[in-house]
Amino acid sequence: MIGYLIRRLLYSIPILIGVCFLTFVLFYMTASPTEIARRNLSAKNPTAQQIKDWEHQHGYDKPKWQQFVDTTEGLFLLRLGRSDSVKGERVMTRIKESWFPSFEIALLSFTAAITINLSLALVVAYFRGTYLDIYGTSLCVFMMSVTYLVYIIGGQFVFGRLLKLTPVAGFLPGWESLRFAFLPVVVAVISGMGASVRQFRTFMLDEMNQDYVRTARAKGVSEAQVLFKHVLKNAAIPVLTTSVQAIPGLFLGSILLESFFNIPGLGNYLVDAINSQDFAVVRAMVFIGALVTIFGYILTDISYALVDKRVRLE
Amino acid sequence: MQAFTSLFTISNLVPIVAIVVVLAGIRRAGRQPLWAEAYRRLGRNRAAIFSLVIIGVYCFVATLDSITWKSNALAQPESVITHLFNAMHVEAERTYSAPFAKMTTGEPHPHPLKGWHVLGTDGSGNDVLLETLRGCRTSIIIGGFTSLLITPVAVLLGMLAGYFGHRVDDLIQYLYTTLGSVPGILLNIAFLLVLGPGLVNLCFALGITSWVDLCRLVRGETLKHRDREYVRAARALGVRDIRILVTHILPNILPVVIITVTLNFSSLVLSETILSYLGIGVPAGTGSWGNMIDAARLELARDPIIWWNLTAASTALFILVLALNVFSDALRDAVDPRLRSS
Amino acid sequence: MNPPLLEVNSLRTYFNTPAGLSRAVDGVSFALLPGETMAIVGESGSGKSITALSIMQLVPEPAGFIESGTIQFNGKDLLDLTWEQMRSIRGRQISMIFQEPMTSLNPVFTIGFQIREAMLTHGKYRGDAATARAHSLLERVGMNSPDKVLRQYPHELSGGMRQRVMIAIALANEPQLLLADEPTTALDVTIQAQILTLLRDLQRDTGMSMLLITHDLGIVSQVADKVAVMYAGQIVEQAPTRDLLSNPHHPYTQGLIASLPSRSRRGNALFTLEGVVPPPTRWPGGCRFHDRCSKRMEICNTQMPSTTSQGEYRSVRCHLYPSAEAVTSQEPTR
Repeated sequence: MIGYLIRRLLYSIPILIGVCFLTFVLFYMTASPTEIARRNLSAKNPTAQQIKDWEHQHGYDKPKWQQFVDTTEGLFLLRLGRSDSVKGERVMTRIKESWFPSFEIALLSFTAAITINLSLALVVAYFRGTYLDIYGTSLCVFMMSVTYLVYIIGGQFVFGRLLKLTPVAGFLPGWESLRFAFLPVVVAVISGMGASVRQFRTFMLDEMNQDYVRTARAKGVSEAQVLFKHVLKNAAIPVLTTSVQAIPGLFLGSILLESFFNIPGLGNYLVDAINSQDFAVVRAMVFIGALVTIFGYILTDISYALVDKRVRLE
Repeated sequence: MQAFTSLFTISNLVPIVAIVVVLAGIRRAGRQPLWAEAYRRLGRNRAAIFSLVIIGVYCFVATLDSITWKSNALAQPESVITHLFNAMHVEAERTYSAPFAKMTTGEPHPHPLKGWHVLGTDGSGNDVLLETLRGCRTSIIIGGFTSLLITPVAVLLGMLAGYFGHRVDDLIQYLYTTLGSVPGILLNIAFLLVLGPGLVNLCFALGITSWVDLCRLVRGETLKHRDREYVRAARALGVRDIRILVTHILPNILPVVIITVTLNFSSLVLSETILSYLGIGVPAGTGSWGNMIDAARLELARDPIIWWNLTAASTALFILVLALNVFSDALRDAVDPRLRSS
Repeated sequence: MNPPLLEVNSLRTYFNTPAGLSRAVDGVSFALLPGETMAIVGESGSGKSITALSIMQLVPEPAGFIESGTIQFNGKDLLDLTWEQMRSIRGRQISMIFQEPMTSLNPVFTIGFQIREAMLTHGKYRGDAATARAHSLLERVGMNSPDKVLRQYPHELSGGMRQRVMIAIALANEPQLLLADEPTTALDVTIQAQILTLLRDLQRDTGMSMLLITHDLGIVSQVADKVAVMYAGQIVEQAPTRDLLSNPHHPYTQGLIASLPSRSRRGNALFTLEGVVPPPTRWPGGCRFHDRCSKRMEICNTQMPSTTSQGEYRSVRCHLYPSAEAVTSQEPTR
């Protein structure tokens, strides 16, 4: 187990380097440092010297490979550095400021989605073959076919404007935040519901056809017990894999959701950084995002081994 | 005739060639027992036929919108649909107007409309029906062209990784794990910034993120087939690796690939709307449901509510995606009854 | 004479398949006395497993359904029971073990849990008593270290050991009837013998009845008191084991026995039955065996033979044996 973890962590190093390289290359293809310097040195037509100074200050005057090595090394040591923008604030400070809204919304929608989708899938699987099942799965396909945008616009319109139950967008700290988080969470849950319920149902029906279900029935175990104990624990394995993969979202938040609802989270920070071509921020955020993703995969494997005793982490 | 050819541009061949190739492929496949059986099963599924007809209608509209000619030597080339609307004198108005309305909406002093608009007009006075119809082409291109881009790459890399294993596998796995570790939407944005806006570039950007899953699937399937007896037998007979891959393994994984690509088609269509919101979708001027829905976001706050724009675009999108989902489900069930979801 | 524990009468179990109606079990009748072991022998596709599943009412739904017939158990017709009533009989009065020990145990629960669950479901044993009984059951089925096995997961056991666990689960509530559906088919030959011996000993010790489903006529003599031979959804011959093996009546049974390796025929090529069981969606007209039969007559093509009694314990479904008297005169008296 420990050996497995160490090997997985070692294996993640080349992946992280690859991610850094990808960001680096994409960045240089997007904009040259000179352009960024011009942009960040305000509109007052900066002199060549000012630009040079700026590049020197941010380390953009070194050879390209040196820049890559320096920044990558810094990221691996979790020295995230300063933003390229005029204020030049520390990336870490911003992350500390804005992780909470992302985390709150992501955690709420993650737990709500898994509870609701799993319960609905269980209900549909229990009544498999009945009209409830047929209408339920059809409804899932309908829900899958509606675009995310319509859920958001519809949600904002109905809850925010017509019913005036929730704010349309924005965020406030403290308990007040729950009021603002409500709509994004509802949208996140509903927009993913169709696909998840259908997928979870398939997982369960696959298990229903297994021989051990017949054995359980032959023992006289009731149908509810067969579904909620025998099938559920086995179906938990694929459900886990699909769900734990969503964990990176707990850090980066849903980039989309945050920019739609104007929530000052990490996703919004990242989108702003991209739009203003703040490379220092982008590379730090992408690096951390990749780190959390890899962490999520390892977590998936561990939870896998915890549920399914056949899996050995070696 | 001379005049006609000069007005009728060469780019019109593209949609025609695409349709001919697709139809020929479908017919060819029908000669194989697996697909012949699948067609037979599909033929019995009424929902599948119905959704196929709907997809066909969308494709037809998209084709009409792709065939262009200039009305005179100096004009911009315009599509069949635009010509049709021009012929019916559906002209651009000043600004918003409700469906069937006679006056514009949202102006302090409403103006009488020049024409008659079934679905009303949008903020710049364009006919919503025309805009909606023009969105078909964009959606079909995004789904179809992106699939066309990623499928060969993903299948090739997946088969190489699965078949040769070792170094090749490590390298290819490394490639897609790295890509998969970056949030997909970020990659889309970054690639669009690099490539610049445009419909074709959008397809490339979407392709970058969506080949990973298919590649992983193909790799897994190849691994499964590599150790089957028929492959071992072929290898024992001294058949070359390339030949084994092309003649033995490829035909066996093709059904799974086709099913996955069809299932993926609808999510590609859906992602166009999201990228449009982020401002990196289809450039303005190309019909796009994403842009229409995005524009409608602000309109709902107005009084009176401008609902027709949003409704038209999202309904058109919904029907296409629903038909695609129903059809790809039916196709999966028809090709491989074992994968049946019930 | 004791009333039979189990009496199956003209049982018909059908399946709706894409190829049409599949008449997997088509008019099966037999009786099983308390403490008796009966074997149902037949090729794959003959309907023998479906017969056992029909008794348990575990025929895969919704494709499969019991069309008609009665299954009297302790004088009650099981087919009249509700799903809940049937559930209280399953695992308590009638238990079943299956062909695939590798997949028949739930991979995510311990062996201990799965044995205890059988007892807790019916409330016959609870708490520590159930644990103690699970322990002794494992010992009884020949597991070496029951304590350890109770905590193990199915994947940690070999196929033979898993089948022993399945037997322990089946015996947990001291059932009156055990249905063993090809319990040894998936196992190695050496282990097959061990499991069969175990089943026979357990049957003798507990006095339960056993219905052994198998395709292997060779193992029948070790275990069964009587044998029913199934072909194409019907029982073609029923007889006490020794009689059936020494003097088979039905040409199909004769073929089966002739195809067994035997010391008396050493050196000769083994007999093989030509052809396969026809698909259950299209049973042939007339006698269902007629196109594979070596003693085919004109009548076999058109008319299905009825089951005729051949002495007290024997019956056969073949035109060669038109009535009881005609044959018993040729039979050596038992």
